[in-house]
Amino acid sequence: MGAWVGLNEVTAEGIANKDLIACRQCDALYRDIEPDDEHRAICSRCSATLYAPREGSFLQVFAFALTVLVLIVAALWFPFISISKAGLHHTSSIFDVVLSFSTTEMIPLTLAVAAMILLLPALRVLLTLYVLGPLLADKAPLPHAALAFRISERLRPWAMAEIFVLGVAVALVKIHALAHVSPGPAFWMFIALALIATMQDRAACSLTIWKALENK
Amino acid sequence: MIETAKSAGLAACTTCARVWPHDQARCDRCGSPIVDRDRRGLQPVWAWWFAGLLCYIPANIYPMLRTKTLLAYQENTIIGGAVELVAHGSYGVAAIILIASVLIPVIKFLSIAYLALNIRDRRRMSQHSRHQLYEVVEFVGRWSMVDVFVVAILSSLIQLQDVASINPGPAAMTFALSVIFTMLSAQSFDPRLIWDSEDQA
Repeated sequence: MGAWVGLNEVTAEGIANKDLIACRQCDALYRDIEPDDEHRAICSRCSATLYAPREGSFLQVFAFALTVLVLIVAALWFPFISISKAGLHHTSSIFDVVLSFSTTEMIPLTLAVAAMILLLPALRVLLTLYVLGPLLADKAPLPHAALAFRISERLRPWAMAEIFVLGVAVALVKIHALAHVSPGPAFWMFIALALIATMQDRAACSLTIWKALENK
Repeated sequence: MIETAKSAGLAACTTCARVWPHDQARCDRCGSPIVDRDRRGLQPVWAWWFAGLLCYIPANIYPMLRTKTLLAYQENTIIGGAVELVAHGSYGVAAIILIASVLIPVIKFLSIAYLALNIRDRRRMSQHSRHQLYEVVEFVGRWSMVDVFVVAILSSLIQLQDVASINPGPAAMTFALSVIFTMLSAQSFDPRLIWDSEDQA
């Protein structure tokens, strides 16, 4: 990525609304000019990123999303972690982790945990594929693509796969003294998917996608 | 002075950055509602903030984990669990738990309150530093959820019949709620309000 450029400050007079954007963080008004792939546009008032387009980023984001989807689905069917102690064994899948709260009056917590570590990451990935697929094929967006992308953006802070991975690490250290622990295939898949989901978010420039959705 | 959408008599969409006439209710590009930040104000921020605080208190009083072994039954609060980790020499993990479950939430409550109370006051902190504080709070807040996940993993894994079993305590629920509410509080804080005070000066 090249140097950072700020867009010129403008007075709105005489410029049509569709040629303007306002910084989402501080409301500063700019002419809507998408920088070339070498540059990114940052707000000169609050330094928030406006545009960070990159050559081939749609394809990259699409590929990351597809990988995450495959990993989520696969992680469900493999053992996650097993422990053994005094001849007793216990193996947990991701399902078992999610359902661990359901024994008591904690059903809402079960749903929340299921959403944060599985459902929302999966949903965000599906929405991303739905939005970017047609754009990559140079076709018109699918129906309600704007709604799909909006939901995906709104859900971003609630998809917590990477936080779950930190939780797994902490739990493993805690158990270490108590029993013998061995991570299964789903454990490594989850680490990979948290990493790739983060890379996917970093590669996606939301204003570029909004513009593409509008113009196609 | 920097021209803003507001000073130009326009209203901006905070999802896709397009600008519209100031009385437009919905963004035609992305479909998000366009909220008048002055009309909405800080009320939702405070509402979620208090809800979060209300849940954070029982989250620290009631047990987070219930451990049953052959010989003993033990209940641990968030802080009790961290103290025990220190006693076992797991300083790193104790630090992660203390940072995620105590330090981050406390700093978050204080920061949001500070930002909301000093929305127009520029003497102590510049717009830039307050905006940065807001971004840190928003970025870091979700990591508090880590302890809830730890409890979920431990309770699913440690089910060795009579030898050892771990189950979640009531604090797991209230702590999760507290994190969710404070995330909503931070999300309903509109950082444009911080910058508006510059325009009025």
